Amino acid sequence: MVRYVIRRLLLAVPTLVVISLVVFFLLDAAPGDPTSQLPLTIPPDVRENIRESLGFNDPALVQWIKWLKLMVVNEPLYLLDAPLDKVGVCIGDCFNHDRVISWQSRSPAMDNIYQKIPHTSYVLGLGLVFGVLIAVPIGTMQAYRQYSWFDNVGTLVTMIGFSVPVFVLGPLFIWLFSINLGWFPTIYKSNHEVDWTSWSSIWIQIEQLVMPVAVLTLFNAAQFGRFTRASVLENLNQSYVRTARAKGLGEGTVLTRHVLRNSLIPVVTLLALAIPGIFSGAIITESIFRINGLGQYLLLSIGQGDLPVVQSLVFIFAALTVLFNLIADILYGFLDPRIRYD
Amino acid sequence: MTDVADSHEHADADKPTSSDAPASDVTDVAATAAAAEFADIGEFRSLRSDVWRQFKRHKGAMAGAVTLTVIVILCLLGPVILTFDTSTPNVSNANRGAGWPHIWGTDNLGRDAFARALIGGRISLAVGFVAMTVSIVIGSLVGVVAGYFRRLNTPLMAFTDLFLSLPLLPILLVTVVLFRDPVQDRFGDNLGIFILMVGIIGGTSWMSTARIVRGEVLSIKEEEFVLASRSIGTRSSVLIIKHILPNIVSQVIVSATLGIALAILTESAVSFLGLGFPLELPTWGKLLDDAKDRISLNVWLVAGPGLLLSATVMSVNLIGDGLRDALDPQNRSNG
Amino acid sequence: MSWKKLIALLAILAMFAAACGDDDDDSGTADGGTDTEDTDSGDSDDGDSGDDAADEEDDAEAPAPTSGAGEGGNLVLLQWQAPSQANSYLSSGTKDLLAGSLSLEPLAEIGPDGALVPALAAEIPTASNGGVAADGLSITWNLRDDVLWSDGSPFTASDVAFTFAYCSDEATGCSSDAIIKTESVEAVDDYTVLVTFKEPQPYPYELFVSYTSPILQEAQMAECIGAAAVSCSDQNFSPIGTGPFVITELVPEDFVTAVMNENYRGIPDGQPYFGSVEIQGGGDAESAARSVLEIGEADYAWNLQVAPEILAPMEAVGEGRLVSGFTANVEHINLNQTDPYADPPSEGTPHPLFVDNPDLHRALSIAINRDELVAVGYGPSGNPTCNIWPVGAESSTNNDYCLTQDIDGANALLDGLGYLDTNGDGIREADGFGELEFDYVTSTNGVRQSNQELIANYWEQIGVKANMLNVDASLFFDGTCASDDCIWKFFYPMEMFTNGASSPYAAAYLSSWDSSQIPTSENSWGLNNMPRLNSAEYDALNAEAKTTALDDPRYTEIIIEMNDILSTSAVIPLIHRASASAWSSDLVGTGDLNAWDSEYWNIEQWAREG
Repeated sequence: MVRYVIRRLLLAVPTLVVISLVVFFLLDAAPGDPTSQLPLTIPPDVRENIRESLGFNDPALVQWIKWLKLMVVNEPLYLLDAPLDKVGVCIGDCFNHDRVISWQSRSPAMDNIYQKIPHTSYVLGLGLVFGVLIAVPIGTMQAYRQYSWFDNVGTLVTMIGFSVPVFVLGPLFIWLFSINLGWFPTIYKSNHEVDWTSWSSIWIQIEQLVMPVAVLTLFNAAQFGRFTRASVLENLNQSYVRTARAKGLGEGTVLTRHVLRNSLIPVVTLLALAIPGIFSGAIITESIFRINGLGQYLLLSIGQGDLPVVQSLVFIFAALTVLFNLIADILYGFLDPRIRYD
Repeated sequence: MTDVADSHEHADADKPTSSDAPASDVTDVAATAAAAEFADIGEFRSLRSDVWRQFKRHKGAMAGAVTLTVIVILCLLGPVILTFDTSTPNVSNANRGAGWPHIWGTDNLGRDAFARALIGGRISLAVGFVAMTVSIVIGSLVGVVAGYFRRLNTPLMAFTDLFLSLPLLPILLVTVVLFRDPVQDRFGDNLGIFILMVGIIGGTSWMSTARIVRGEVLSIKEEEFVLASRSIGTRSSVLIIKHILPNIVSQVIVSATLGIALAILTESAVSFLGLGFPLELPTWGKLLDDAKDRISLNVWLVAGPGLLLSATVMSVNLIGDGLRDALDPQNRSNG
Repeated sequence: MSWKKLIALLAILAMFAAACGDDDDDSGTADGGTDTEDTDSGDSDDGDSGDDAADEEDDAEAPAPTSGAGEGGNLVLLQWQAPSQANSYLSSGTKDLLAGSLSLEPLAEIGPDGALVPALAAEIPTASNGGVAADGLSITWNLRDDVLWSDGSPFTASDVAFTFAYCSDEATGCSSDAIIKTESVEAVDDYTVLVTFKEPQPYPYELFVSYTSPILQEAQMAECIGAAAVSCSDQNFSPIGTGPFVITELVPEDFVTAVMNENYRGIPDGQPYFGSVEIQGGGDAESAARSVLEIGEADYAWNLQVAPEILAPMEAVGEGRLVSGFTANVEHINLNQTDPYADPPSEGTPHPLFVDNPDLHRALSIAINRDELVAVGYGPSGNPTCNIWPVGAESSTNNDYCLTQDIDGANALLDGLGYLDTNGDGIREADGFGELEFDYVTSTNGVRQSNQELIANYWEQIGVKANMLNVDASLFFDGTCASDDCIWKFFYPMEMFTNGASSPYAAAYLSSWDSSQIPTSENSWGLNNMPRLNSAEYDALNAEAKTTALDDPRYTEIIIEMNDILSTSAVIPLIHRASASAWSSDLVGTGDLNAWDSEYWNIEQWAREG
């Protein structure tokens, strides 16, 4: 198992390097430059200066290597500055590292990313958590009472949640709940600092989150519900369940000690696999609900031609994908004793 | 076999795929042999009719099949019957609400919303089917080659992993922006963007098919009839075509059906974000993007295409479920 | 959630925050208490009453300030394109300039009517008051002597000289173009600045005027000159200024929060009314409009490029009002005066049909129903126009024939030119040219595509076929011209977009169509005469305009003549476009919408009634 993990980790490195190279050259060929949003009256030499000062004119390979070094070496070092300082260690230009600079804000791209992570996490995380919390019990019940009315209704709802895309449901929700009923705000204020001692402060944050989280929960619950149902169903038909019942075990014990533990294995791995996928889903959700998170930032940066930011964001997404794929595989091998990696 | 098969696909092939070893090929051989033997006894039961019988039992799948057929017919014939001019602007007719003769109202240039949604359906469905085909072809190719030729297994699977690690929507968006104009220059506006979308969606969704196919091929390869065939000197290509491919068809079909839904959704998402087809072409995603700001004016501008899109995706998913159940030999009643 | 509830909750929050801060002001206003610079250090000893009042206010135990500044609560501004940073000289677009204008001020501002208004200057220098030299080579600004930076230090001429040095340094990547024409900026004494130009300027008011070139504080930005500019995020996100607000937090592409500047010179007059401001970004123009007009969640929304049929029902709800400000932005079609299908394309070889062909231009122009274009795409934020310079007294009336659609007249003109449809396919042909079929390109944008369809339709009725093409905006407006679709390369016969001037000085704007300004491969497509107008008459007028004084009646004549030449040959003007914004119904003191300068230019006077 350990050898398998090490092998996968080693494979991850060239994977990430290749991905970043592919993305870099793709973006480099993409049109647009940092001055594209400036008024047309700005003369060409001024534009040239701006491009020059941002490093836009360097050859692509040079830019990539510079970026790679900053991203892979300097950014982690930047994060380690404070903790290492407490231990009295200083690597390189501590507290003064060169960092990847966004062309739009002329400030470190990663700082902007760190600022947006919480909002994306709130929405996507809650959507995922609630989705799973709803999906597992309902999926299990459905499997238990297969073909009952509960199962059929559940399947219908699941189908709807699965098939109606976010960009259909989202605007309808906004129209109904914000515009017509006026229950929830349409502006998501990122600067709202939740004061955990103040009920009204917490309530404001809840109000902002209800709609996007609800839409995502529906989608996630549908997906995981289907999966849970199928998995539990498969296990319910296995002979060991018959044996357990024949032995005289109560239904509850059969369910929790045997069926669920086996059924949830694929669900857990699916969960681990879904996490990087939700970042892609974030793009549309954040765009609809005006949440200034990572997905929105990526979309915006692509449009603005802010190469360093797009590069860094895509790299992070890819790294997360690789990481969670690995975690999913490890979890799977860990939980299912039938699986052995060499 | 149910969705659990999906979870096995990503876990590496180094481990035995325990529960999805398909008995289908054996059953097929047995079934055809039995059929041949009992051909003159009562009803001829072929694989196809067995599958169809099982499929009919799945109520959801039947509903899905009917709905999809209705939608396809509507999209193909509807605009012909309706005779609204969906491209010429008619400003005096703009922004009407739902009513007669425009059952969903008109858009900001006075064109009938329902007719435009049906035309959009043609494009979305076409993209869905063709992109799925591309994805299936690539995926099967990679899967078969990876499964059959041991030496190519690792590099091909690494290649698959690479694609799985790419964050697809961002790459999609960047690629569309990047390549839209050159492709349109080459192939013309509409055909160009169609090729681009189909190529990109197909080219980024083949991975799960590849994994499934590879898993199947790996296990089929060990079957006795394959060994027997090899021992009499059958060439690899003939083996693949005559023996292996027919046995993976069922898995591929299921994958394909689900792939259609994904392709349609992806195309809609890209259009919704403003990066898909040229603005005059009313794909469902584009219509939704335009309409979401006019939703207070006329909710049907959103609800209409939204309904069509959701119904299509749902039908396809139900059909896929039904096919999966029907093609699973454990579900079919014995012959 | 109603607007009032939101204010109440924010006020509660602000009070919490204020309670945690250490401000001395016990008026309970939402000024956040975060800006805790010690302002009454007594270093401002010039005895001006403004400062004494400020000192009084900060001398703790006194009751609430009688002026009432900062008591108005929180102001919510929606910029759907969120600011990326607030240093106006590093801005990548208007969104950043607006954020900067909350605290940074220039020497003079341009008012909504185009006239100059002194800000940090004591008065506007003119030839008559001796501020502008007779030879046009220099201008002397007298500065106000009663202004403090938000950290309490005095504003002096050395800050102005520093700002020039900051932007002149090429490594900074400064985005202001006024710097280029300037030779030097010298602080003659503490409150007098002498600006010298490289060449005589009839309009010397481009530098340090409007929110595109405000004054930076030398003390704060001294270490941020040149290549160091990118490592100065703190300074760029919250530049120290003399304006009514101080930025407390700026998250790029998200929001900006600001509080009242305790050292603002308007405080004795009760300005600014609001104690804090927040700029919320994200979403799109439609949702921002809805927030202000229909729901009442915010006080102001910027840049509402929204179709009129969507805006009208929103405005009818009554929570807000729409306002438009017109400057010189005109949506127009360029007719390529060179041949885009020659080799090399769009360089040198004159176009076989569009050059010196006034009747063709006129036919194409009068076939268009501009009222319909406005109705479909612009509503109150657009007016039909026949002039490339439609501003005020300098606007020509000679071309108003184009305002009435005349299909028959157009057909007659084309018949008269001998462009007949000989093969019955509905498209006319011209001798030696072939069918009147043109590729007509613009950026990808709903309104533009709607307009394209309408125009293609009108031209179809006069036997001209237009192939509608659209190009992604990032390619179309790409200054590096990485693809062949940028507006500067103009490898098509017709392109459509909006152009506008950054100042009311018409001659500078119109000079972009001089024949020396034609973009070619040699100058890397870096010049702005996109239609490649090559007219000796125009060039002569341009040279004359540069040396004619603004108050000379001949100046207006020249402008009108240049406009007429351009608007009847190389350019078909379509729509005079306004900036469109929305204000909450209870907002007063805003005056007219200022499209020439920052829309926040008088934000210290904004107040809430009721």
